Formats: sequence, structure tokens, C-alpha cells
Amino acid sequence: MPDPLTPPQNALRIVVAEDAALLREGLVRILERAGHEVVAAVADAHALLTYAGNCHPDLVITDIRMPPTHTDEGLRAAAAIRAAQPDIAIMLLSAYVADAYVGELLDSTPGGGIGYLLKDRVGHVRDFLDSIDRVAAGGTVVDAEVVRQLVRLRRADGPLAGLTEREREVLALMAEGHTNHGIAGKLFVSEAAVRKHIGNIFAKLPLDPHSDRRVSAVLTYLRGSPSA
Amino acid sequence: MSDAWTAVRGHPARFLASAWPWRSLAYLTSTVPVGLAWLIVLLVVVSVGAATVVLIAGLLVLAGVPVLVHLAAAGERRRLRLIYPGRPARQPPAPRDPAHRRAFWPRRRASWPEAGVTVLLTTVFWIADAVLLILLTVPVLLLVAPLLVRSGTIDIAGWRVDTAGEAWAVAPAGLVTLVLLMYAATALACGQAALVRHLLDPPEAQLAEAVQQLRRSRTGLVDAFETERRRIERDLHDGVQQRLVALTMTLGSAELDLPAGPGLDLVREAHQQAEQALADLRTTIRGIHPRVLTDHGLAAAVHEIAGRSSVPVHLQLAVDGRLPPTVEAAAYFFVSENLTNVARHARARSAQVHAWIEDHTLIVSVVDDGVGGADPRAGTGLAGLHARLDALDGELDITSPTGGPTQVRMTCPIH
Repeated sequence: MPDPLTPPQNALRIVVAEDAALLREGLVRILERAGHEVVAAVADAHALLTYAGNCHPDLVITDIRMPPTHTDEGLRAAAAIRAAQPDIAIMLLSAYVADAYVGELLDSTPGGGIGYLLKDRVGHVRDFLDSIDRVAAGGTVVDAEVVRQLVRLRRADGPLAGLTEREREVLALMAEGHTNHGIAGKLFVSEAAVRKHIGNIFAKLPLDPHSDRRVSAVLTYLRGSPSA
Repeated sequence: MSDAWTAVRGHPARFLASAWPWRSLAYLTSTVPVGLAWLIVLLVVVSVGAATVVLIAGLLVLAGVPVLVHLAAAGERRRLRLIYPGRPARQPPAPRDPAHRRAFWPRRRASWPEAGVTVLLTTVFWIADAVLLILLTVPVLLLVAPLLVRSGTIDIAGWRVDTAGEAWAVAPAGLVTLVLLMYAATALACGQAALVRHLLDPPEAQLAEAVQQLRRSRTGLVDAFETERRRIERDLHDGVQQRLVALTMTLGSAELDLPAGPGLDLVREAHQQAEQALADLRTTIRGIHPRVLTDHGLAAAVHEIAGRSSVPVHLQLAVDGRLPPTVEAAAYFFVSENLTNVARHARARSAQVHAWIEDHTLIVSVVDDGVGGADPRAGTGLAGLHARLDALDGELDITSPTGGPTQVRMTCPIH
């Protein structure tokens, strides 16, 4: 794992939006220590849109819930940014799992990378910085806890019903943004076994043949809410 | 518009701008002719009756007096609505024995309290009210003195005003007196109306009113309770929780800085402890009033509970838009408590949560395929839910035969 304290090869230009001052300052500190450039740190969605438009950052990190209504300002701002400047990567932070967000989040793809993490995750600084790099590189990162809750909700019905327990685990790790190598390490199996599971998943899920099957599988997995 | 007496004790500007002084004046003004009229009618009837009492006709005439008294009291009951607008116009039909209901002339016999009201009306009330109304002309004259003085000298309560300067000087005094008399008029009207109401209302009606009052205050308490919980949740969320997250961020940064060794181990331990504290706090907040419920309503919050449940949960939620906060909270805790019970006791493979709205009533049911035999009296959780729903006029019922399945269902009207 690269040492996050030495400036990374790809120092990112980042706009941070978070209404709680303590967290905003903490985020800026972590990002700057990791060698990224925080071009703006703002407290509401309006300012976020302004700075994202003017500074054209590589990445936007935003709290979903911000003033004035404290519901999903950050998410709507992210969708607006995605529409105007699709190449800006977006990392959404949330205090709790609200699975309605996941669908909206994924509807805003394609474009640059996208991530959805619970705020607690920021304390795991190394993992958090790692997630940011993955999102900036165009990847999709969904919080492990969010994924866990979605799996529980979707186990019973929907397109995932036909998958085995192990296949679901593999799919969940794919959704978290892990590579085959990473999944093999997490599950203590060979990469060949992971490839076999993924092959089975692709065969069982009704995937769009014209798009990247890996992305499509993850989307099927995350979207297929029985109640949505 | 709550009631006149509360308004009198409230802010003077608000009182004077309200309808209460005018309603009180209307009450007092109408008392004078009504009282006088009944006095004359009763005097005539009684004296005619007394004069002819030696003949049988006199007795018949006198027998009409109770009917008149009853009618006078019925009129007073109607006039009470000027001071108590929420009252029904008629006496509520009290359950009586069937003999009375079949009677052609249902109930025309006066009661003693009605006689008391009639005596007060025909003697003290109208005289007192007339005096007050006469007094009211003084401030009115003072106020219009600048107009009147143009056409000559005027005399107000022995006070001679003959120049325009004097007239303008007394006008403010008129205003002050007018305000004071408005207060006096409202107080007098309130006093009379309270006395009449006390005499006329049967005990059942007073009870019914007290029950209504209690019901209102109970709903108010539930609202206040829920508001307070949301405030506590907000304080915890915006205060302690933010600080703890910031602390874990600082500790996480420190971990990256420190060389391997006992120092790093201690910081890692501190980090874990801070995360544990954060997790505990989050559990506490969820038990008080979950943020996702405040922000996104029942459906989103139930999704969140189902996602955390160790037993797979099927959801069918036909609840669009937002419901009153007290109802949302009751339904949320209903689902939360029952899914906890399912996971703990039912040995179920899966559970289902249904929620829908029918006739302005929210219905939520939680069904599991477990072993059944749940005891509704066991556990404080369900008892608390019962009390909560009770206060919202809702209901909770459990069917849990041995061997299952267990179904718990709540209904709660949406006002």
C-alpha cells in the first residue's frame, strides 16, 4: 500500500462541501496531508455548485444532507454537477444508510467515478484516501455497510435470488470497488476461483450485453430493490 | 380564539384586537331586553294567576310558570355560545328513562337550577348590565367631545366642556376609560356566563367537556414529547456525534504519522474506543428518534430497519409522502420493536412488513414465520408502544398461536 503521507503521483484538486465545521476542517486536513489540493471547502450546496463550476476540480466530496432543508441537497448538487461536468468524480458522504440514495446515485452514471460512503469511514484515513483514489480513477465505491444492508433487503426476491451465498459475497465486493485480486484476498480464495464466480454471476443475471458486464452486474445488484 | 377569560388575562393589545370585547358587549346588551322582557312576562303571568287563583283558571295559569322558566333557561343556554363558542346550542340529550322519550311534550318542566338562572336573569343580571352599558356612554361621549363641542357646551357626568381645547384634552381620558370599561364588560360577561353555565350544565355534559379537554391535552403532550425527542436527537447528532467523528479523523491521521511502537498501539486502541463510542451513540440516537425518519419519513426509515435486521424482511410499503410526525414515530418504533422481537424470540426464517393507508388510518402489520406463542404482556417495549398508540387513538393487536405465525398489527388514525 502506498504511504499516503508522501504526495501521491496524482495529486487531486478537490472541492469539499460539508456543513459541520469540525468535519469540514478534519476532511481538509486529511486531504491536504495526503498531498491533495483542496481548492474550496464550503458549507452548502449553492457554494458547492459555484466552486465546482468555476474551479473545475478533479473530485467533489459532498455531504448528502446540508442546509437549508437538511435532506438531500448534496445529492441534488452532485446530480447537477454530473449533468454539467460529467468528468468530475463525485464522493458522497452520508450519516446514515438511506437506500433511496443508491438508486438516484447510480441513475446519475455514466461519467467519472462515483462513491457513497458513511461518514464514520472517514476516520479510517488510509481506506478513505484509497477510496478517493479509486473514485478519482473512474471507479465506483459503495460503503460496505450500505452494501450489507442492501444484500439483506434483496436476498429474498429480485434478480439476485438465483445467486449462491458465495456469488453474492463476490458481487458485494465488486460493488465496493474491489478488483478480482482484492476479492480473492478478502475471501481467501484464488483469483481463478473469483473469475469462475464472476462468470456464474454474469450468466445468471439479466445483464445489458452492450455495456461493461462488470458495471452492469453491480448496477443490477444495487438497483434491484424489491420495493423501489 | 380559546376563551374569553384567557384573553382577558393575556396581552392587552391582543385582547382589545380580538372578538372577545365585542362578544361580551353583545352578551351584556342582549341581557338587558331579554331580562326585562322575561321579568314583565313572569310578573304578568304570576299576578294574573294570583288574582284569579280563587277560580280554577288561576291555577292553570300558574302551572304555566315552570314552562316559561324552562324556555327562559333554554334561551340563556343559546346565548352562552357568545362567550363559549365551542358549546353545543342545545342541551345534550341525556339518556333518560323511555317514558320521557315517548311523551309528546318531551320535557317542559323546569329544574331548580333553571329557576335560579331565571331569577338571576330577571333581577340582578339585566340591571348590572344596564348600569355598565350606561357607564360606557361616558367614554364614548368624551371621545366624540371635539365634535360635539362645535355645536355648544356639553356636560359629561357633571363635567362641563365648552372649548375645543378642553374637548381635545378630555378625549385621551375617554380612551383610557373605554379600555378599562371594555375589560370590566368582558369580566362581567364572563362571570355571568360562567355562573349560568355552572347552573345549567348537567354533570354529564361537564364530564364530557372535561374528557374532551383531557383528550386535547393528551394529544398535546404526545406532540410535545415527540418534539422534545427530535430536539435531543438533533443536539446529539450535531454536537457529540460530530465531535466523535472529528476525533476518529484526528486519531486516524495520527496513526499514519506515528512510527510502529507502543505509542502507535495506544493511538490505535484510542481510535477503536472512539469508534465504539460512536457506534453506541448511534444506537442511542436510533432509539430516541432516528435521523432518517426526520429527514425522509416512514418508508425510508423502515427500509433502514429492515436492512439492519438479521432476519430477511420483505417490505410492502404503500405510504407515500409524509405523515404527522407523531404517527411516523409510532409506526417506526412499532416496526423496530417487532423486528427486534422476531430476531430474538421467534426463530423465524423471514418476516414481512406491510403498511398502507385506509380511511385516514395508517395500518402497519409485521408477520413472521416463526414459532409463535408470543406473550403480549411480556416486555416493556410492547407496553410502551401500546401507551403511545393509545394516546394517538390507535390500536395494537397481536395474534400469536403456538406454532406460529405471529402477526402484530397497529392502526393509527391520521388527523
